[in-house]
Amino acid sequence: MSKTVPVLIASIVGCLMIVAYFSPPLLPARQMAEDWFTIVATIAIFLGGANLCLHHLKKISDREAGWGFSAVTLISFAITIAVGLLKIGVVPESEQQIKLAWSGPFQQEGSGFWWIYQYLFSPIVSTMFALLAFYVASAAFRAFRAKNLEAILLLITALIVLVGQTRDREITSLFLPPPAEGTPPYVPIADLTEFIRKTFVTAGQRAIMIGIALGVVATSLRILLGLDRSYLGGDE
Amino acid sequence: MTSPLLDKLNTLDRRWIFLSMALAVLSPILLQIGSDETPSPPTIKLFDEIERLPEGSRILMAMDFDPTSAAELYPMALSFTRHCCLRHHKLYFVTIWPTGKPMIESTIKAVIGADFGSGDRPYQYGVDYVNLGYLAGEAVAISQISSDIRKARPQDARGTSLDELPIMSGVISVKEMDLIVNASAGFPGGKEWVQYAATPQKVPIAVGCTGVQSTQLFPYYPDQLLGLVTGIRGAIEYETMLAAKYPNPYANRSKRPAFLRGGAQRWAHRLMIGLIVLGNGIHLANRYRRTTHP
Repeated sequence: MSKTVPVLIASIVGCLMIVAYFSPPLLPARQMAEDWFTIVATIAIFLGGANLCLHHLKKISDREAGWGFSAVTLISFAITIAVGLLKIGVVPESEQQIKLAWSGPFQQEGSGFWWIYQYLFSPIVSTMFALLAFYVASAAFRAFRAKNLEAILLLITALIVLVGQTRDREITSLFLPPPAEGTPPYVPIADLTEFIRKTFVTAGQRAIMIGIALGVVATSLRILLGLDRSYLGGDE
Repeated sequence: MTSPLLDKLNTLDRRWIFLSMALAVLSPILLQIGSDETPSPPTIKLFDEIERLPEGSRILMAMDFDPTSAAELYPMALSFTRHCCLRHHKLYFVTIWPTGKPMIESTIKAVIGADFGSGDRPYQYGVDYVNLGYLAGEAVAISQISSDIRKARPQDARGTSLDELPIMSGVISVKEMDLIVNASAGFPGGKEWVQYAATPQKVPIAVGCTGVQSTQLFPYYPDQLLGLVTGIRGAIEYETMLAAKYPNPYANRSKRPAFLRGGAQRWAHRLMIGLIVLGNGIHLANRYRRTTHP
């Protein structure tokens, strides 16, 4: 029973969504299913939060390597939730609102939550992303070597695309005769980059997308028919 | 055969590479060295569409990015918004990223607040633009607003009922939009807007995306995507066209953040190319040394 009911719900809602896509009179039913999705997804946030706390509390209690980071994670999590829920620093925004601090939005400019976003979250995630440039540069020097034919092909393609992505590509037109007056100079590497993108990259990407779409159709059918129950957890 | 230089390069401390990259990025930023770009067809198409649309057209601005990708997408968001304001279109800001709402607010403040909030025809909240805020539910949220905006979001980001806003009069779903412009940093983003809103509702869509995401979106161009602006290069292209059409004040460097970021990217690319060539030079020299002096 504990497995049959969720499988039935998944099958009925899944079939409804497919039929409603082609049948406008079923739109209200589809909208109701979408509302329920949002509600269920919202409840999942609590599960996620609880899971995060349990995972890190266990690491701290076991004194696992790096348990200090778990402590920082939990403290940051608790502070962010408290600041957001208690709407610290929020003031009423418009005349329509009741003149109480809590009547303003929690992300209001100048509020505690806004401050955390602007001065902690934003610089931290930007820094993490910016660090990639340094590691990519190091990897380009140490690992991007012409060791075999495949590596040579990859290397040449990468160099063409790298040059083609910046204005430096125009250097390649210096070796060609000057263009006729009024026409833009021919830039061979720009055309080559475009050719690589249009031919190899887009073709490969389309093949991957079609493959994924076919896989999604097959998996969805298995779920709708109740043949695949792996999403319920356990061994099934 | 001994070569002290080769031995030194073989054991080069990677901190030197980090330092070189820091200098390659920092110098153009500090010296304000920018980089211009020749507009490419996917960028030109979006620009021309915004120009072609009659004044007061409805444009849904989906800002699906966060500070991680703001380096590439924020300058794009500024350019798109500026261009739409110059053409006096009606703007509907929305995000399906929980961290995207401050990006909308920042864009509104930097463009509408700074340049279009006053003057002969000031942009008025609720009349000329609205911030619908964050829509929870990822792809499902897109599907919801493509059939009924009020079902997904009965109030705007300020808590005002959508029915009280003049800009929402006659707007039921995405179908009433003349164009969707999406700044997309990943999932959910451009692909989902194409699949769940633009294609089913037959609304034209253009996407501005990060460089790494462009390969996933190019298969949709030009049939399902009207235009595609990719990475900081695309943002520079858009700024270049904006500066050419509206030189005062958009040819001014202070109004061209992508142009200034392009300088850093150009020098970083040059360094990368240099490092790849140097790395392979060392590799070939090592091979030659092993072959001739085993």
